[in-house]
Amino acid sequence: MRTEAATGVLSALWVLIALPLAGAAVLLLAGRRADRWGHVLGCLTSGTAFVLGLVQFFALRATEHRSVTLHLFDFIPVGDLKVDLGLLFDPLSAVFVLLITGVGTLIHVYSIGYMEHDPGRRRFFAYLNLFVAAMLLLVLGNNFVALYVGWEGVGLASYLLIAFWYDRPSAATAAKKAFLMNRVGDVGLAIAIFLLFAQLGTVSYEGVFAGVDKLNTATLTTVALLLLLGACGKSGQFPLQAWLPDAMEGPTPVSALIHAATMVTAGVYLIARTNPIFDLTHTGQTVVCAVGAITLLIGCIVGCAKDDIKRVLAYSTVSQIGYMFLAVGLGGPAYAIGIFHLLTHGFFKAGMFLGAGSVMHGMNDQVNIRRFGGLIRYMPVTAITFGLGYLAIIGFPGFAGYFSKDLIIEAAFDRPGWTGWLFGGIALFGAGLTAFYMSRLYFLTFLGKPRWTDDVHPHESPRSMTVPMIVLAIGSVAGGYVLKALGLFEWLNPVFGLAPDEHLHAERLSAAAVTAMTLVVVAAGIGIAYAMFLRRPVPVVAPAVTNPIVRAARNDLYANTVNEALFARPGQYLARALVYVDSRGVDGLVNGLAAMVGGTSSRLRRTQTGFVRSYALTMLGGAVLVVAALLVVRVG
Amino acid sequence: MTPTYYLMLAAALFTIGAVGVLIRRNAIVVFMCVELMLNAANLTLVTFSRMNGSLDGQIMAFFVMVVAAAEVVIGLAIIMSIFRTRRSASVDDANLLKY
Amino acid sequence: MIAQQLLAAGGEVGTGEEITFWILGPVALGGAIGMVLARNAIHSALFLVLTMFSLGVFYVLQGGPFIGMVQIIVYTGAIMILFLFVLMLVGRDSSDSVVETLRGQRVAATILGIGFAALVAAAIVRGVGKAESIGLDEANAGGNVPAIATKLFSDYVFAFEVTSALLITAAVGAMVLAHVERPGGARRTQRELSKARFRDGGYPAPKPGPGVFARHDSVATPALLPDGRPAEASISPIVGTDAERSGR
Repeated sequence: MRTEAATGVLSALWVLIALPLAGAAVLLLAGRRADRWGHVLGCLTSGTAFVLGLVQFFALRATEHRSVTLHLFDFIPVGDLKVDLGLLFDPLSAVFVLLITGVGTLIHVYSIGYMEHDPGRRRFFAYLNLFVAAMLLLVLGNNFVALYVGWEGVGLASYLLIAFWYDRPSAATAAKKAFLMNRVGDVGLAIAIFLLFAQLGTVSYEGVFAGVDKLNTATLTTVALLLLLGACGKSGQFPLQAWLPDAMEGPTPVSALIHAATMVTAGVYLIARTNPIFDLTHTGQTVVCAVGAITLLIGCIVGCAKDDIKRVLAYSTVSQIGYMFLAVGLGGPAYAIGIFHLLTHGFFKAGMFLGAGSVMHGMNDQVNIRRFGGLIRYMPVTAITFGLGYLAIIGFPGFAGYFSKDLIIEAAFDRPGWTGWLFGGIALFGAGLTAFYMSRLYFLTFLGKPRWTDDVHPHESPRSMTVPMIVLAIGSVAGGYVLKALGLFEWLNPVFGLAPDEHLHAERLSAAAVTAMTLVVVAAGIGIAYAMFLRRPVPVVAPAVTNPIVRAARNDLYANTVNEALFARPGQYLARALVYVDSRGVDGLVNGLAAMVGGTSSRLRRTQTGFVRSYALTMLGGAVLVVAALLVVRVG
Repeated sequence: MTPTYYLMLAAALFTIGAVGVLIRRNAIVVFMCVELMLNAANLTLVTFSRMNGSLDGQIMAFFVMVVAAAEVVIGLAIIMSIFRTRRSASVDDANLLKY
Repeated sequence: MIAQQLLAAGGEVGTGEEITFWILGPVALGGAIGMVLARNAIHSALFLVLTMFSLGVFYVLQGGPFIGMVQIIVYTGAIMILFLFVLMLVGRDSSDSVVETLRGQRVAATILGIGFAALVAAAIVRGVGKAESIGLDEANAGGNVPAIATKLFSDYVFAFEVTSALLITAAVGAMVLAHVERPGGARRTQRELSKARFRDGGYPAPKPGPGVFARHDSVATPALLPDGRPAEASISPIVGTDAERSGR
């Protein structure tokens, strides 16, 4: 991976981060004065960053090695630890920059309409800008510390935005949950960075990747697993997936931007970026694949059972990121496929979240899909854009997901050994489940008979909300084909140490066979959903079920129960035990000592009677002792 | 008989003075007891002067007397001033400085 | 000749001195014990005078006529008179109550005192009991007073001068302590004093004298009013009446 110093327009890379950061600072510091124009500023900084990113993208294409670094300043020069803050702009960061600023700008625009009546709109835009800045730092940093700073920055922005309506206890709790579960992953990432520094003495990508082949297998595997833990925390992967559905307590644009399109894909970015490490550890790659496969199944299964429109989409996100993890775990050409799916997913999932927000906007903020139905007549734009995203996610031929997801399934089958059959089978089954639950969601929301509560009057959303949805829908339709045709794989492959024209060569099952199987499974999923939710009337209250799988799925597969039993309870017991030890043992010792001193003193104090004759008596006693001592020493 | 008997007498006088300080409450009597202790010390000084064949002991006794005179003047003035404010010459009554 | 003998206090204790010691020693001890035990402070002072006289004689006997005379003049003369003056001023509080207020004080003091005396006596016996006594014959050869003066104004001249500073300081200190600050403001004239005397509640006439010549010779005896009651105004509040004193 050869790089060169940034020149020309590329030397303004730092502006990409500085713009939204300045926007956030202005919006937060200006206070209520900025209420009237704050949202415009927020959109402007993000949009300008997008334009600048686009210019720089083309500038990057013109450079020789298609990878530039920009040294900014010495961040931490302490002893052996030298962290120079620098930016790395290569094909991988470039696509992320475009995704973040592009989708980010669309969602900024959408938020103008969505948050119009919210008194905290300026604060909302400030947080959004802060998020964009942190996410850009995450993907642009040229070392692990810069990545970590961005990593924590997006965590903070995510926390602030989930708890945006902090007066709702559920939102505050969800934010806390997200923050805590992210911490678990962040600790893993931090330890991985410590390990790399301890072993290699550097934290820059360049130095680390140049030296990883000197590490022994155990260290490599440990680092890989710790990085995976970090990625799992941020991306809502098994076993840290429970926070992501709860994060839907935040405003819908936040769900679209942070918890669908960008931040939650940071884990995929991390694994793709550290591909030299994962390439060297087969165990690590297998674990990544396994995590991805398990998560995609969990997401699909729970998604089938949920009735909350945003939670279905959230579990769908969990499952789609599982696909991406599976892809980047497979390694080789599949890295680019994972990133490809990440981009298409960014389009269609953001579009569908915005659609969900639009539905909620028109339906008095209701989220229960059993109380929707037939909305296509009242909000046609939303229904059509959502429908295009729906077709994209299930992998309808010609749509974005068709290109990216099929490739992942293909690559999974291609993995050598029995794991290939397992992961491929899971991915294929997941595709069918995805088709089922997304169809269920779409049918229940937009088709069929209205099952509304009496007080709603569905209406289409304003232009500022529909335009971003339309743009994203276009991306959902055309994104797959266009990106592939424009040569995304050739563009990305050098980053993963492959020749630009290296493609997936399906050896076990031909591409046509996989596509055919996928289409059959998807069609089956749609058919079952049609039979269950469109042909038959849908009860507005979820029927009680005895089927243990459904019951488990409705309870998020007991993820929260498991977390509580495995971590929260023992933690509470430990804390209680420690409190006991502290209050009885430590405090007892300290207080006992103090009480002893105090008691002794108050008794000794009694000897200070104020009677001079008592003191004189003591003096005489002392004199007797002195004379006796003298006698003993000198004479006796 | 040797001059040691004078020393014995001085020790007895000193002890009596000390015990007097401890058991008398009238500040003036306490003071007298202190004077007695000083006199006992003077007797030892004079006796040792004789035993050593040098007049230094007598001069020491002389200085002790001078200091005792000064001390009595000040001490009695203090007793007077305490008596004027508290209407009492008992050392037990001045016991404010305590726990 | 007697002076010669007095000055010639040798190392050995002569018979005359021994007899004197065995007479005056018990007297001094008795005076000391009496001083401690006497309830009346004036008696205490007189007992102390007795002890000091004895000690003065001992000084003279031991070859220190000068210091002996100073003992008698300064101590028994000046200092004890000062004590008596103060006793007279303090007056009515001069006798102690027999009740010991501090628990165990007397017992502890006695035990400690006996222990102390025993220890010091043991120390004297073991330390100097067998010591040779040189005597002052040689030192007093040219007379005791010239010998002391020579030493005082040569070897001890600095200490002597410092003593003068001490005495001055003591005198000033005594004055400061005994001085009573008068309330400030202009001195009141005779006229104002007279007016104040005749103001409401004032009693312009001289106060009645005590009933000294009525039945007793004590100033603490009140004069009697025409109806036979004691006149409170006839007794100084410092002295108090006999009735008050016995009531206390």
